[in-house]
Amino acid sequence: MMNEHRRNRRPSRVPSPGTLRRGTRDAYLDNAATTPVDARVAKAMLPYMTEVYANPSSLHSLGQKSGMAVRQARETIAEILHAHADEIVFTSGGTESDNLAIVGVVQTATPRIRAEFGADAKPHVVTTAIEHHAILEPLLHLQKTGDIELTVVAPQKNGVVKAADVLSAVNERTVLVSVMHANNEIGTIQPIEEIGKGILKIRKNSISRSAQSQSAAHPTSDFRLPTMFPLFHSDACQAAGYLDLNVEKSHVDLMTLNGGKIYGPKGIGMLFVRRGVKLAPQVLGGGQERGVRSGTENVPGIVGFALALELAQQFKDKESKRLTLLRDRLIDGLLRIPKSRLNGDADKRLPNNVNVSFLDIEGEAAMLYLDAKGVYCSTGSACASTALEPSHVIRALGLSYEAAHGSLRFSLGRHTSKADVDKVVKLLPGIVERLRKISPVNLDMSYFD
Amino acid sequence: MPKSQASDVVGKSASNQGGFYSDTVKEHFFHPKNFMEDEAGYEADGTGMVGSPACGDVMRVWIKVDPKTERILECKWKTFGCASAIAATSMMSVMVSENGGMTLDAARELKPQQIMERLGGLPARKIHCSVLGDKALRAAINDYYRKTGQTEKIEIEQGRIVDKVLKITDHDIEEAVLEGADTLEKVQAKTKVGTGDPACIPEVEQLIRFYKEKYCEMQKEDGSQ
Repeated sequence: MMNEHRRNRRPSRVPSPGTLRRGTRDAYLDNAATTPVDARVAKAMLPYMTEVYANPSSLHSLGQKSGMAVRQARETIAEILHAHADEIVFTSGGTESDNLAIVGVVQTATPRIRAEFGADAKPHVVTTAIEHHAILEPLLHLQKTGDIELTVVAPQKNGVVKAADVLSAVNERTVLVSVMHANNEIGTIQPIEEIGKGILKIRKNSISRSAQSQSAAHPTSDFRLPTMFPLFHSDACQAAGYLDLNVEKSHVDLMTLNGGKIYGPKGIGMLFVRRGVKLAPQVLGGGQERGVRSGTENVPGIVGFALALELAQQFKDKESKRLTLLRDRLIDGLLRIPKSRLNGDADKRLPNNVNVSFLDIEGEAAMLYLDAKGVYCSTGSACASTALEPSHVIRALGLSYEAAHGSLRFSLGRHTSKADVDKVVKLLPGIVERLRKISPVNLDMSYFD
Repeated sequence: MPKSQASDVVGKSASNQGGFYSDTVKEHFFHPKNFMEDEAGYEADGTGMVGSPACGDVMRVWIKVDPKTERILECKWKTFGCASAIAATSMMSVMVSENGGMTLDAARELKPQQIMERLGGLPARKIHCSVLGDKALRAAINDYYRKTGQTEKIEIEQGRIVDKVLKITDHDIEEAVLEGADTLEKVQAKTKVGTGDPACIPEVEQLIRFYKEKYCEMQKEDGSQ
């Protein structure tokens, strides 16, 4: 028995990494989906699985060692964000952080909105049409169940939301404004600081208004303290490798980050929760994370995430410069293909994002031809989604379904070289030409208007 | 909205283990058979086209027919669509023209399920991509009958059964959309589609979009939107 067990050491259902290893000349251009884990991060995590494995809540010395690692990680992250350590709430990832921010605020705010505006009053939330599904789905669900009123602000044609459009959607019942820092599909960078400042101003005016009307309504209120609404949330998962995450500058009250986009582990994320913001917890249990998010801390994940964020922020300027050159080289190369278009603004754009539409072909077909040549990218085509709908982001740009079906996203990363970019520029014209030969469709450029 | 699992493979066979697409699908996708290379220089006996680029699938079929035996001598095609759509049209062209060619009567009976089986199965949410090829073929056959003056043989599409349990056809879905049902829930409220045969739901969702696009575009032309 023992011998047999040894011979079959690897559990049969886990694929051997050897069969998954990609070829050395392959180009992984799907870093916005997820990144490989940095070797330094993996190395830092390992002892917290095999040696310092105790529960941070345990009072014995091994437990305290785990607890110390979590505390250190929290402090590292707080320093990067210009925040306090007690403002960091660890979660299982970006999706959970977004859900916690939304549902947590709405549930806390509902009684206050009812007290002020009547029993039938609903909290109002403002978001944008290009948010990640982790924002849009919970909001649409809350709207469907009648728990909130929702305003979805459309971006401009370049995929950038106007701060004024977001701010003018705010009304006296608005409890939350959620705008992503940078878009995951088209890489457009949103005016977070401008929106953050605008929201502070709205709060300030609302205080002086209520002070005038009912003298002692908010006697000690300070608009900088998020003791009143609207609160400002931003999903910064895609921004973390390239942009400044200083919460004092952006004036966010809540901010989502995760490990899987910044060369850290998957299954770990965090929500920045500004002091004074009260969130209704969504996971109840042992009261970890100051009661906001119960569950034993993912110690190796937390250690890995903190180091990954530190490295990503340390090298963000250098890496941004390097990737911007590669990005523009790829964009220039791809736009030489006839009937093509860059989706999203050329300048207000993450250094690692390229998103191009081609008429008359379907994105999944092009993606699979590239895959066969060792180039990994993604598409906004309906056929590639489980919902059978083409990308909501591309359509929010005002583009036709036709243009959305033919979109490809290349997201560069730390391991992307000039050779990778040149490989795509060399391969894709032939693939597009071949698919157009097979296609009975011959649309004109007006489909890009 | 119920979302199907990518791993649900319909018409599964031994060749479709592990990967998203079977080896046969990949072969026909990467090396399509019989696709139309020179449209201008081709004299077809019949041609048909279905789908819309807004919906993500368009298929055009050209056939050459032996007038004596009424067997399909050649079947050429062009497809705008994903890997399953391209592979399904390619496989269909092989099936109707191999072994001396199918008779028009037999070709008219060709079902998407038969194409899918020969492909070694398709992921459940990709089935809708394979159902347009045979429609384009039937349109081409009708065109042949029209051109040869055999108008009595032209068969108007009776509607294709989508929900096998409730025998609901694509025409029923079209009717529901025309009556204003623009979501799966609303179409289900009218037709109960998918309640007995949940496997058809991804296809129903695709059909709803297809008809929505079709009639939305008409509205746009009217200037009402």
